[in-house]
Amino acid sequence: MRMPKPRGGLSEWVINRLASTGEGSLGPAPVADSWADEVISLWTLHELSYRGFEDASDHAEWDPEVLVVRHSLELVLEERLRSRWEHPGTDPDAADVPASLEALVDADDGPSLADHVRRQADLEQVLELLRQRSIYHLKESDPSAWVVPRLPVRAKAALMALQYDEYGDGDPNRLHAHLFARGLEDVGLRSEYGAYVDDALPETLEMNNAASMFGLHRRLRGAAMGHLAAFEMTSSLPSRKIVQGLGRLGLDGPMAAYYDEHVEADAIHEHLAARDICGTLAQDEPDQAAQILFGAFTCLDLEGRFARAMFSAWEQPS
Amino acid sequence: MSGGKRADDFDHPDVVIYPDGPMLVRGATSIRDEDGTVHPVVRPVVALCRCDKSSRLPWCDGTHKVIPRQ
Ligand code: FES
Ligand SMILES: [Fe+2]
Ligand SMILES: [Fe+2]
Repeated sequence: MRMPKPRGGLSEWVINRLASTGEGSLGPAPVADSWADEVISLWTLHELSYRGFEDASDHAEWDPEVLVVRHSLELVLEERLRSRWEHPGTDPDAADVPASLEALVDADDGPSLADHVRRQADLEQVLELLRQRSIYHLKESDPSAWVVPRLPVRAKAALMALQYDEYGDGDPNRLHAHLFARGLEDVGLRSEYGAYVDDALPETLEMNNAASMFGLHRRLRGAAMGHLAAFEMTSSLPSRKIVQGLGRLGLDGPMAAYYDEHVEADAIHEHLAARDICGTLAQDEPDQAAQILFGAFTCLDLEGRFARAMFSAWEQPS
Repeated sequence: MSGGKRADDFDHPDVVIYPDGPMLVRGATSIRDEDGTVHPVVRPVVALCRCDKSSRLPWCDGTHKVIPRQ
C-alpha cells in the first residue's frame, strides 16, 4: 500500500517525514488544520505498526520524531473519547462486568446501518458502506491480537480461542479479513489492503484509530477488550440483516458469505468476549473493570457517529 | 503470575450454558440435530441454540436476544 493523500498541513508533514525518516529533520510538526487532517495523520502513523507503506521508510515506525507526533495525537484522541463517556462514579464490581456490557449494548439507540441495508439501501449506498468498512475489515482482529501478551491466564486463553476463529481456525481461506477481500472482489470493489483510505470519512478513521490505540497500549488493554466485546455483541443479528439486504440486491455470493459467517461466529464470540475475556480480566485485575466499560462505550459511540455520518451523507442531494 | 499453578487450576468445562442464551460446546467434531442430520464442526467452540428460534439450528444466531425472556 502507498501512503494516503494528505488532508492538511499535519498529514502532509507526516507523509513527508515517513518518506524521509533518517534524512535530517523537517522541523517541528505543524498543528492539524482540521479534524480530518488529524485523523488521517494518526491513521497513517498507526499503519506503520500493521503492514506499513511501500513509500515509507521501514525505520519510521520507531523514529523518535515520528513517535512524538503519534503520542500527542493519541493523547488528544483519548481525551476526546473519554470526554464522551460518563464514568459510573464508583468502579464497577468485577462480577458485574458481563451484565454491565449487556446493559450498555441494550441501551444503545444509535441508528442502524444494518436495518437500512436490509430494507431499503440501494446498491450505491451498500457499496459506499463496504468501502468504509473495508478500512477495518481488511485488518479485522489485528488490533486485538496485540493485547494477547498483556492479559492474565484465563483472559489470554479465551482471547486466543476467539482470535483463532477470526483468523480462520488455521485455514487461510477462512480468515475473516480474507473472506472480506473475496467479498469486495465479488461486488466489483478493490480488495487490496487500504484501497479506499482516501475515501474514508473522518468518522471511519476515528473508529480505526481508537481500536489501534487501544491495541497498541498496554495501559489501555481493558479498553481494548471492552471494545472487542461491544463489537462482537453487536454483530450477529446485524450481520444477518446485511445478508438479507445483500440478497435483496441480488448479491448472494462471497460478500454475503462473509456476513453469514459472522452470524454464526459472533454468536459464539460475544459470549467468549463478554464473560471469558472481559469477565475474567475484571476479576483478575479489578482496576480494569471501568476501562472495559469505557472501551465498550467507545465502540458503540463511534459506530453511532459513523452511522449518523453515513445517513446524513445519503440524505444530502448529490 | 501463573508460576506454580497446576493444569487444573481453572474451571474449564467442555459445555457451558449461558443464561438466556446458547450452550457453548468445545472440542466437538460433529453435532447431530433433532432431525438426525449430522453437522460437521470446523471451530474449536460452537454455540448451540437453546431457545429453538434460531434461523440456523442447531447453531445459535443471536435470535434469543430479541425474543421475550421467560
Ligand atoms: S439460543 Fe441463540 S438463537 Fe436460540
Ligand atoms: Fe470476524
Ligand atoms: Fe467475531
